[in-house]
Amino acid sequence: MKWWQIGKRDADVEREIQSDLALEEEEQRDRGVSREEARHAAMRAFGNPTLISEQTRAVWSWNALENLLRDLQISVRTLFRSVGFSSIAILVIAVGMGATISLFTVVWSVLLKPLPFDRPEQLVRLYESSDRFPENVVSPGIYGEWKRESRSFSNLALYKDWPQYNLSEGGALPEKVRATICSWDLFATLGVQPRIGRSFTPDDDQPSANGAVILGWALWKRRFAGDASVIGRKINLDAKPYTVIGVMPRWFAFPEQKVQIFLPAYHESTPEEMAKIDNHGFVAIGRLKPVVTREQAAQEVSAIVRRIHDAHLDLPFVSSGAGIRPLIDYLVGDVRPALYMLLAATGCMLLIACLNVANLLTARSAARRREIAIRTALGGGRFRLIREQLIETLVLFSVGGAAGLALAYAALRWLVMTRSDLVRVESIGVDAVVVVTVAGLVLICALLAGLIPVLASRSESLLAPLQESSRGSTSGPSRTGVRKVLVGAEVAFTVVLLVSAGLLLKSYMRLRSNDLGCATDNILTMHFTLPEVQYSKPAQRVAFFDELLARVRAVPGVDAAGLVRAVPGEGYFGDGGVTIVEHPTVPQGQTQLAIVRWADPGYFGSLRIPFLRGRTSRSDQRLDSANEAIISSEFARQYFPSEDPIGKHLIGFGRRSYEIVGVVGDTRYQVATPPEPTMYFPIDAGTFSPFESTAAGAALVVRATRDPESLAVPVQKVIQQMDRELAVSDVLTMNQIINKSSLDANFEATLLAALAGISLLLAAVGLFGVLAYLVTQRRTEIGIRLALGAQREHILHLMLLDGLAPAFGGAAAGSLLAVAATQLIRSSLYATKPLDPGVFAGVIGLLFGVATTACLLPAWRASRIQPATVLRSE
Amino acid sequence: MAKQTPERANLLQGTLDMLILRTLLYGPAHGHLIGKHIQRTTNDFLQMQHGSLYPALHRLERRRWVTSKWEMAPDRNREFKYYRLTDKGRKQLVVEESQWKQMAEAVARVMWPAAEES
Repeated sequence: MKWWQIGKRDADVEREIQSDLALEEEEQRDRGVSREEARHAAMRAFGNPTLISEQTRAVWSWNALENLLRDLQISVRTLFRSVGFSSIAILVIAVGMGATISLFTVVWSVLLKPLPFDRPEQLVRLYESSDRFPENVVSPGIYGEWKRESRSFSNLALYKDWPQYNLSEGGALPEKVRATICSWDLFATLGVQPRIGRSFTPDDDQPSANGAVILGWALWKRRFAGDASVIGRKINLDAKPYTVIGVMPRWFAFPEQKVQIFLPAYHESTPEEMAKIDNHGFVAIGRLKPVVTREQAAQEVSAIVRRIHDAHLDLPFVSSGAGIRPLIDYLVGDVRPALYMLLAATGCMLLIACLNVANLLTARSAARRREIAIRTALGGGRFRLIREQLIETLVLFSVGGAAGLALAYAALRWLVMTRSDLVRVESIGVDAVVVVTVAGLVLICALLAGLIPVLASRSESLLAPLQESSRGSTSGPSRTGVRKVLVGAEVAFTVVLLVSAGLLLKSYMRLRSNDLGCATDNILTMHFTLPEVQYSKPAQRVAFFDELLARVRAVPGVDAAGLVRAVPGEGYFGDGGVTIVEHPTVPQGQTQLAIVRWADPGYFGSLRIPFLRGRTSRSDQRLDSANEAIISSEFARQYFPSEDPIGKHLIGFGRRSYEIVGVVGDTRYQVATPPEPTMYFPIDAGTFSPFESTAAGAALVVRATRDPESLAVPVQKVIQQMDRELAVSDVLTMNQIINKSSLDANFEATLLAALAGISLLLAAVGLFGVLAYLVTQRRTEIGIRLALGAQREHILHLMLLDGLAPAFGGAAAGSLLAVAATQLIRSSLYATKPLDPGVFAGVIGLLFGVATTACLLPAWRASRIQPATVLRSE
Repeated sequence: MAKQTPERANLLQGTLDMLILRTLLYGPAHGHLIGKHIQRTTNDFLQMQHGSLYPALHRLERRRWVTSKWEMAPDRNREFKYYRLTDKGRKQLVVEESQWKQMAEAVARVMWPAAEES
């Protein structure tokens, strides 16, 4: 019989004993005893049938389970009896658990869970390395060499995921879609097949092929209504026809969820481009052969790059080595330290919550000392009592954990919605691993919080509480001692959290106060890309730009307008080597690099980027006649340290030389990064690589006289009027761009500040609870003191100091801990030292303010005690 | 039961299992029968406490030394729970018997050393 057949077993035991008892009775009767007498004799001979069946049942091991169920019942009943205590404890646990579970889920889903591909541990990312760029993206020519020569990989692929295409088909509205252009074997390398249709073949992946495109699931669902007959249909991308050959599965979100279409790389680029060995623009990934280690593969690819480097010493941008990293490391790269930091912070808060609950439990067990003492006196086993208490704690934590899980579920949904830019965001979700971890966490926390009060009451004699309680005198010092230590620990961890949050907030402030180098108010920006088919001739593009600017400037409310490759704060976009004609040739191996931007002459004025020297380029700087360039002040500082750059000539990516006519103020391509040397060329000078040509996209910058967002629709209308098929994207104000650029820092700082705030509240509640309890315990003593003539102010001070003592100790210990902890967040800080004295002082000041407030009420109450009332109540 | 006669003794710890197993060697029996048999065989010297008997039977069943089945009693017209020795139980009986023998001999050697010499 199994344990779930408890009922059946019980009935069986009962029946057996009853039948044997009846037999005994019959035998007595057979001996001639009267019916009544026989019954009694049988009972005498037998003993207590109930006890016997009880003892018999105990033989079967599920007795333990029954006991557990009974204990559970008791503890649930006890918890219901003190609803206030239970709900506060559960709330505290739920908040602590909820935060920790959420962060754990994110860390597990994003950082730890294997990539959803076939044997993901074999997947690696290959990078080129040189002195200047230790981990650089890959040039297609290098990739080609790897593919030909390397023996370490069963598959090698390359891709880049930032190009955008103008998607139009039928009569539907055009839109800009993010594309991954990749070698044909990208999907084979990952071990993925399209959900419907076919994958790319080598034939698709060459310049002469007919255009082929694979759709992402979301685009297919949204734009093509999930219609399977889309396979074979023609769609236009940048006004060129492509045949849809496949749709990726719904879960496929590589390299990012935002990518909506996949195109073959060798078809999208010219053979010359794909042969370049010094144009770093692709990510290369590979699948290692099972027998090859990462180190062996890294040595092999590095040797190949080294050989190419040595053969092309004339090309300064060929890398000198290469390396390999697990693909998942590359994909999650930047978020790792931030997520671990936040996880540590939530863990810290959970610990504080546990200490708080332990504190409450200690208070409760103090209140229940009499009950426990009586039960012990009546023969309640010590182990049994401890077990009951632990089960009670476990029930509390289980309910709290379940509530925390629900909270976490909601928080994660919110996170996925608000931070859809987070890497691997699609994989975030509560799964079996999370649930098991939660169960473990509940168990550990319950043991931690449950054992502290139990251990604190260990060495108590049985009689003491019984004698004491009749007198209403103070409780043993050890018990309040435990509570003070607990509160001290809470305060200490709170200090750590507050300091970290303070540092991150300060660093975020610093970040936000960074000057981008241009006007940020009343600026509207938007991006568009002129399709190469309709605008294949540079003259067509220039005509479009000129007319666009003229029309936009005529829109009411527009103060100024300009065009540029990319707006400050939007990213690096691209750089190029620089040669200065008047300077001697740079020694071989050394390089001069600058960010490349093209801009129309009105751009600088629109963004109020100041001219430090010289002037803007003339407005007739177009096409072949373009020969004027503008440089940034950082460019002048680095490459013209001791001379006037005006009038000098530079050669950018192309062959033509440009005269430097102006020096403008520095702008930052990223809020957190100091300005880099930048050179501006006139619109469509047509001299640099096609990758940097105007076809790659333009940003329209509009300065408004009033609310810039109100201009978004009118300006977009202007573009639509000029070209109905042209899609506009990233319509953002300058301030929104800055927000986006500092989003991570903002997010981390806000989240940590919230965690620290909750912890502070918990610590304050803990302090309040301990002191309030102390005051109640010492009522008689205080009453006597007052009766003997103590001043009320003196009592107030006494109690206040008593309450603040753990806060002092905790703050001191916490500051020491914080010194160590802040070293760990050093990498997340921007222009802020980990030991910032202002932050430390502020935190300690805040803490004491809150602690004093928490202690004031009970201390004040103590000083208001009426001696007569107290003494009479004895 | 303070009025117990001095001729009656409580069972030594651990011997009850052996006695039950030995009793069942004669054939299946229900609890009452087993108790009665032990009591009768020892001329009422060993007083069977039901409070030990039933837990012992169930313990033996749990260890799979005996099996149980509700069966008609031949002399009474109703069912009793009959216990039956298993092969495992038989082996256990041999083990316990030899252990008991060793124990008894050891005790005897200490108690009556002269008898040992003769």
